Amino acid sequence: VLHATRPLHTAQQCLAPLPPLPEKGGEVRYGLIPEEFFQFLYPKTGVTGPYMLGTGLLLYFLSKEIYVINHETVAAACILSVIIYGVKKFGSDVAAFADKLNEEKVAKALAVKNEAIKDLETAIEQEKKEQWRVEGRSYLFDAKRNNIAMLLETNYRERLLMVYNEVKKRLDYQVAMQNLKRQKEQDHMIQWVEKNVIQSITPQQQKESIAKCILDLKALSKSAQAVV
Amino acid sequence: GPLSKRRLMDVRLGELPAWLATCDFSPQGLLGGVQKAWNSYYDKYINVKRGGPAGISMLLAGYCLLSYGWNYQHISK
Repeated sequence: VLHATRPLHTAQQCLAPLPPLPEKGGEVRYGLIPEEFFQFLYPKTGVTGPYMLGTGLLLYFLSKEIYVINHETVAAACILSVIIYGVKKFGSDVAAFADKLNEEKVAKALAVKNEAIKDLETAIEQEKKEQWRVEGRSYLFDAKRNNIAMLLETNYRERLLMVYNEVKKRLDYQVAMQNLKRQKEQDHMIQWVEKNVIQSITPQQQKESIAKCILDLKALSKSAQAVV
Repeated sequence: GPLSKRRLMDVRLGELPAWLATCDFSPQGLLGGVQKAWNSYYDKYINVKRGGPAGISMLLAGYCLLSYGWNYQHISK
């Protein structure tokens, strides 16, 4: 929340992007006197006016010794001639070099700008792709729901199986117990019966039965011999 | 526009004293005036894409004249 107790937007609005620099500077004649001066004097004195003015002023300064001619004048003349010769000869080269430097700077800035634009465009593409992916959300959730349902089903069946197994084990135990009990009872009863029967066989009965067996065997052997 | 807001070049010759009266001659005012003058000169002759020798040569010429004027007493002996 902006507590605006001071007035906003009071400074001059800065134009962005900045307006481009002008191509050429103000016109200057002979490198020293701006064109405006010549244009200023043109309506009254025509084309030669400023030159006449200059010549007159020069002669006036010289004659009245406002401008004295001494050794410095010669030095100034030599220096000026050298400077003018240098500028005339190497001016264009220096200008081309400076222009090249400027070009490189501008190209670098442009490259950065294009890079940024390209990155943003790829970001936009990816964003659109993500938005397209969002549409597939329903399928994703269906698959997840199916997964979970399957997990639940599996778990339920496992537990069901476990319950079944436990119950069966307990019932088998009961059945085994009953079988064991009956078995034991049977065995016990058979043994008891056999013991009693053996006890009841008197010695005399044993002799009689052995004699009967021998007679039977003889009879059998006779019938067997006859068959052979 | 009003007299005080006009630049020096747009002031007519007869209005010059009146225009001078509206000027701000305090130190800040003078400094502001110098700053504006330098900014206008700079934007016109130096801060361009393809400048020439004109920008600094006029400054150097002005400096020559000024130093000659300061040393005139010494030179004219």
